[in-house]
Amino acid sequence: MTTPMTRAMLEVNELTTRYITRFRESIYAVDHVSLSVGDGKSLGIAGESGCGKSTLALSLIGYYFPPLHYTSGEIIIDGRTITGMDPDEVRKTILGREISYIPQAAMNALNPTQRIIHFIEDVVLAHHPGTPKKEIYERARERFELLGLPASVLQKYPVELSGGMKQRTVIATSVILSPKVLIADEPSSALDVTSQKMVIKMILDLMDKGIIKSLVFITHELPLLYNVTDDIMVMYAGQVVEIGSADEIVFDSVHPYTRALMGSIIVPEKGLRDVKLTAIPGTPPNLKNPPSGCRFADRCKYVRPECRVAPVDLHETASGRVYRCIIPEQELRTLYEHEKR
Amino acid sequence: MNMKSDDIILSGKGVTKIYGFGPNRTVAVDHVDFSFKRGEVISIVGESGSGKTTLAKMLLGLTSLSDGQIYFEGKLRDIRTHRQKREYWKNCQAIFQDPFASFNIFRKIDAVLLDCIRLRHGRRLPDEQKVEMMREACRFVNLKWEELTNKYPFELSGGQQQRLMIARIFLLRPKILLADEPTSMIDACSRATILDMLMDLRSEIGMTPIFITHDIGLAYYVSDTVYIMEHGRFVESGSADDVILRPKEAYTRRLLDDVPKLHEEWDLSTV
Repeated sequence: MTTPMTRAMLEVNELTTRYITRFRESIYAVDHVSLSVGDGKSLGIAGESGCGKSTLALSLIGYYFPPLHYTSGEIIIDGRTITGMDPDEVRKTILGREISYIPQAAMNALNPTQRIIHFIEDVVLAHHPGTPKKEIYERARERFELLGLPASVLQKYPVELSGGMKQRTVIATSVILSPKVLIADEPSSALDVTSQKMVIKMILDLMDKGIIKSLVFITHELPLLYNVTDDIMVMYAGQVVEIGSADEIVFDSVHPYTRALMGSIIVPEKGLRDVKLTAIPGTPPNLKNPPSGCRFADRCKYVRPECRVAPVDLHETASGRVYRCIIPEQELRTLYEHEKR
Repeated sequence: MNMKSDDIILSGKGVTKIYGFGPNRTVAVDHVDFSFKRGEVISIVGESGSGKTTLAKMLLGLTSLSDGQIYFEGKLRDIRTHRQKREYWKNCQAIFQDPFASFNIFRKIDAVLLDCIRLRHGRRLPDEQKVEMMREACRFVNLKWEELTNKYPFELSGGQQQRLMIARIFLLRPKILLADEPTSMIDACSRATILDMLMDLRSEIGMTPIFITHDIGLAYYVSDTVYIMEHGRFVESGSADDVILRPKEAYTRRLLDDVPKLHEEWDLSTV
């Protein structure tokens, strides 16, 4: 776990949010999640589909709409607590200005009948009513050029742009008000590798040029996460199972689930063909009634009877590793060593 | 072809597909030659728009060729009539990218599997035997037939649907399996499961899998021979180790550079 050397831009304490279904059932998709992203730092969130990583992204912006509901915990952006604020107030003063969110299919949000500049005007006018259009245009042009997008894009319709270009346009627009924190949920997974690289470069540019201060990046592509973010957090069934630096998580993970996830990485590098990918058997638990003990127990190779007794807490070892498992770090490592042989 | 023709399961000479005419004329696949050996795992890698899916459709007999010939087991492939097509599809089957779009949503899962049994064994099988075959197929892909029967495809998750597609292939036992981006819609964990199953299936029924993909890592992991496709042509081909670890063409190198890796620096300045 990284020590908070820099000021925390985004701090989340024990955040819990739930979905309420038509039948009044509660599904806790984000369960007591705590995290902290420092100034100039980035955090990656990894996990299988359905582990709650997209819900967490949506929860972090502090603006909830049904069926998602806020339950408990707090979100602090640059020293300002946004949980408990009036939702309208959050929408007007926090979204886009303090924190911005790019959903998975962001590029499909562009209105096909309007030029890109119109879309940007909407964003700016919603937060700063009465800004002259000339000023907005100048600002947009400046920002686009800074990020390597041609200014001519502003006058185009979305259909005239390629998928990668649309995605970059949406990202540039979402940070037009220079928010402190950007939350990007799979911003590149619908694109091919070349466009993906351009999108990633732009997001890293945003950090380098100081347009945003901190980044939360969500994807299930672990090699991508390893290359983009400083820290990685692994989620399973709505809970954090391990947090650490990118190197720790990818090459030296402690938790059995993280270990299994890393075993499924495919990269075109020497040695890939000699290893057999590890598939995790079974499916994640149903969050309507999650298991009382460790949520990964049913799929874990090293499961013990005591795993299923009581909920397992996230704990920090003496060596500074943070993970959620009852087996001590040293014992887990011995198990992994044993398996290698 | 210089090699013994019975080693080659599928080959093509000057295979071309042209869409449109006049100013709209687009050459999607441009005089491509290939010969796929029996039992080998083949990958065709290309970016979006490189013509790889068009080639796959031609291999499957879903679109006609504008020019060139395809030879199946040494003989010129003739699929002009529907009967001939059905006969060809007993030997050549496919798994597509989007499992949600691969099934008829109005038909139950049993019906999907029964269709496969009928295509391979005809109509005259006792019911018990059909059920036993469906059970076996589902067991192979780690699904329980008892839980699937009477369900519709959309009640399953993406990974489960893709596994059901593999169960279909298990029942049909084709000689060639075209897998068009079989794992791009499912997450990394289930990807390993699906690939393992396809490889098990290959040794079980001795088929020749052809992967069509943009994921060069996946191509490297599964295949013996890799073809790199750009603008409708094969720019590089050879054994997986040669093409991926020692690429000769600039295009292959660029594709490799664009993929984030673990042990090498990801150079973002080349965009």
